[in-house]
Amino acid sequence: MTVSHSEPSLATATRSPLLAVTGLAVAFEVDGETHQAVHEVTFELRRGQVLALVGESGSGKSVTAMAALGLLPATARVSGSITLAGEELVGAEPRLLREVRGGRIGTIFQEPTTALNPVFTIGDQVAEAIRTHREVSRRAAAARVRELLSAVGLNDPERVARAHPHELSGGQLQRAMIAMAISSDPLLLIADEPTTALDVTVQAGILDLLRDLRARLDMAVLLITHDMGVVADLADDVVVLREGCLVEKAPVAQLFADPRHEYTRALLHAVPQLPELRLPGAASAEPRQPEPPARPPSPHAETATIDEPAVRVRDLVVEYPGRRRDRRVRAVDGVSLDIAQGEVVALVGESGSGKSTIGRALAGLVPVTAGTVQVVGVDVTRAAARALHGRELRRLRARMGIVFQDPASSLNPRRTIGASIAEPLSLHTDLAADAQRERVDELLEAVELPRRMRDRYPYEMSGGQRQRVAIARAIALDPALLIADEPTSALDVSVQARILELFRSVQQRFGFACLFISHDLAVVDQLADRVAVLHNGRMVEQGPAATVLRAPEHPYTSRLLASAPVADPARQAQRRAARQRLAA
Amino acid sequence: MRLARLISGRLLSMLITLLVISLLTYAVFYLLPSDPAQLSCGRPCTPERLADARAFMGFDRSWLQQYLGFLGGIVAGRTFGSGAAAVHCAAPCFGYSFRLNESVTQLIVDRIPVTFSIAIGAAVLWLIIGVGAGVLSAVRRGGAIDRTAMTLSTVGVSAPSYLVGLLGILLFGFTLDMVPVTGYVPLTENPVQWLWHLVLPWVVLAVLSAAVYARLTRGQMLEVLSEDYIRTARAKGLREWRVIGRHGLRNVLIPVVTVFGLDLGTLLGGAVITERVFSMPGLGSLLLDAVGNIDLPLIVGITLFSAFLIILANFLVDLVYGVLDPRAAR
Repeated sequence: MTVSHSEPSLATATRSPLLAVTGLAVAFEVDGETHQAVHEVTFELRRGQVLALVGESGSGKSVTAMAALGLLPATARVSGSITLAGEELVGAEPRLLREVRGGRIGTIFQEPTTALNPVFTIGDQVAEAIRTHREVSRRAAAARVRELLSAVGLNDPERVARAHPHELSGGQLQRAMIAMAISSDPLLLIADEPTTALDVTVQAGILDLLRDLRARLDMAVLLITHDMGVVADLADDVVVLREGCLVEKAPVAQLFADPRHEYTRALLHAVPQLPELRLPGAASAEPRQPEPPARPPSPHAETATIDEPAVRVRDLVVEYPGRRRDRRVRAVDGVSLDIAQGEVVALVGESGSGKSTIGRALAGLVPVTAGTVQVVGVDVTRAAARALHGRELRRLRARMGIVFQDPASSLNPRRTIGASIAEPLSLHTDLAADAQRERVDELLEAVELPRRMRDRYPYEMSGGQRQRVAIARAIALDPALLIADEPTSALDVSVQARILELFRSVQQRFGFACLFISHDLAVVDQLADRVAVLHNGRMVEQGPAATVLRAPEHPYTSRLLASAPVADPARQAQRRAARQRLAA
Repeated sequence: MRLARLISGRLLSMLITLLVISLLTYAVFYLLPSDPAQLSCGRPCTPERLADARAFMGFDRSWLQQYLGFLGGIVAGRTFGSGAAAVHCAAPCFGYSFRLNESVTQLIVDRIPVTFSIAIGAAVLWLIIGVGAGVLSAVRRGGAIDRTAMTLSTVGVSAPSYLVGLLGILLFGFTLDMVPVTGYVPLTENPVQWLWHLVLPWVVLAVLSAAVYARLTRGQMLEVLSEDYIRTARAKGLREWRVIGRHGLRNVLIPVVTVFGLDLGTLLGGAVITERVFSMPGLGSLLLDAVGNIDLPLIVGITLFSAFLIILANFLVDLVYGVLDPRAAR
């Protein structure tokens, strides 16, 4: 692939930076108030390099990238300078900006399932990008689409080109997005959280593809991410942003080895660490990490073994009706699982593995096709079958708490925090108003929220605070079992770290058994006594967390562990090599 | 293959729906206390003449026999009375208006060109105006066009059609003397006069519906414009009009088409008020006439025909929906 449209600037481009951002400031004007989203940010990016813009939500990393494309909303005021191969983009003519977008700068976004138009085929959408920037016939564009789709590692480009977005997986869609982004041989690729919505094994493939394309096309990549593991895997240089300000700028090795700024250190510290992995054939020269101190088993775990388990699942099968009546989708396929009282069991797997379905089956929220589910000795299946009477099921649910992934949508926006927490109390107990108030205060204190929060509404709180409220509500009835379905995956790392800490302390204090559903192995390692790994609805491995996560027996577990990027460039390079050997 | 099965399945269910509707309308109208024979019997109405009339119309049989006779007439036609006085109603016979001495089928067919001319013309007009205004309002949200269009649409939504119609006649018909205010000229007779006579009814009908469609389109477009794929389209370097016209509009049209099909289906069954205001001899005025004169066979016939049009429109909407939204085609 050749670069044709910028021949004159090539000579200078090799010496001067490809993308130079100088004193960039972006402010949004909302209802007469000015909100400064980016302050005086300066950095440079050279050809063939990957620069990561790192930061938590609200850090201004996406705003910076969108400023380069001139795609900020009309309320934005941009000052400073962004040059691409010497050409100024801030305040540029619409004509030039259109040439840049999709022509000299390709862009991929976070959520591939919504980033493509649902009513057009993939081939249509990629061809449109080509024909916007090149004068080629439809036929030539279609041929080029096939070529691009196979260049991004899609096996059946013909079928993919003719498919609509809903017919493809997230990983396939993101590859198609990449094909579209590189269709005009861009100088620069902006990748805005390109793998955040994807499973780890899929993410590993996309990161490999980006690395490969960078080398093959000699293109620069502006990588926007919150994931330090992704940074360690792909970036050459790192710019750390916080609340719109640049806090640190360093080559990747230096940043991880010796972070200068306090915020960078805190950010790196908050990243949950995966244990050292003993993979067959892994390089022995890998620096030994000190073994993390074995977490003392929860105080309730020992006594639990003699009692009956909090959860006993035997040969659970859950099927959903498929598109056609004769073909049902088996989401869970013969899973057996015990959770002792006071024990934390993590259910790990990728999307479609059936982990959330098992959680729902425990709560009696999905019909069980076969097998038995017992929670605190009560048969959930039978209780759910008598749904019309429902008293048994309701009593059972009073003994469980559930925490969902997104606290923004699991709390009623029209209820105060206090009312939300008190709801299970008034549903399942006959506590008087005074006693309820007292209990709510107690719970707020347990989740480390000030009492005055009780009169606030969810929109007045941050994501982390809302998740604390969700936890308080879930433990309001002192449950025997807490089901936590990806409780931290919608949160920033630093918030996640604090929520996990809180979770651990609450679990030790209240001593409930917990089914912790997660795709994040490092999070699981911090919290779980035991780990169960699911793949396509089947349990592939279960055992003590330390064993499963350090010396996995099943190849799928190894692959899963090897795919998760760690926040250390040197270690990550070795892990990548190990993973590629594993795949070979 | 799958499409063929889908269509044949839908056609079957349409037929069943129509049968149920025919039974219900038949029951409602024929089992009412009013007696068509009584109405056509004339004065003085002796019991003998009444009995004759009933036998002639077939009202002396049980209601089930009457209903089956009605269904049979659709397939094979039927003859009322016998001998010299007999009237034949050719298949498909949807009843016979003894008041007008004409088969209901023929009466409806005669009026179809008028009503369809009004309805289709108005629908095209309101679709263009409504969707156009909605898109412009959404794209220039909060701007002058948006505010003007939304103010006008509030007026349009709340104005009664007879009032707008009469005001239109007063202004354009009499004061400005630009267009004829009543009557209908067949397209085949004089296309220019056809158009000229229809302009005012079209505009009056379209103004009202365009207001609704402008609001619907604006809301949908605002939602679509905030979708990720619109950002992707812009990041591809497309011109703004292409982003909106291709990526936006196509998604906006999905719900608009659904509503449009049903509205048009309803309107094709008779634009009752508009036809009356402009003295257009369409299905709407035929129905008003029939109701005014308690012409039961005619009422049943028009009701069934309207129901058929709505069901057909529904069916067509589903087909178009499958084309517009690939996620629905399964």
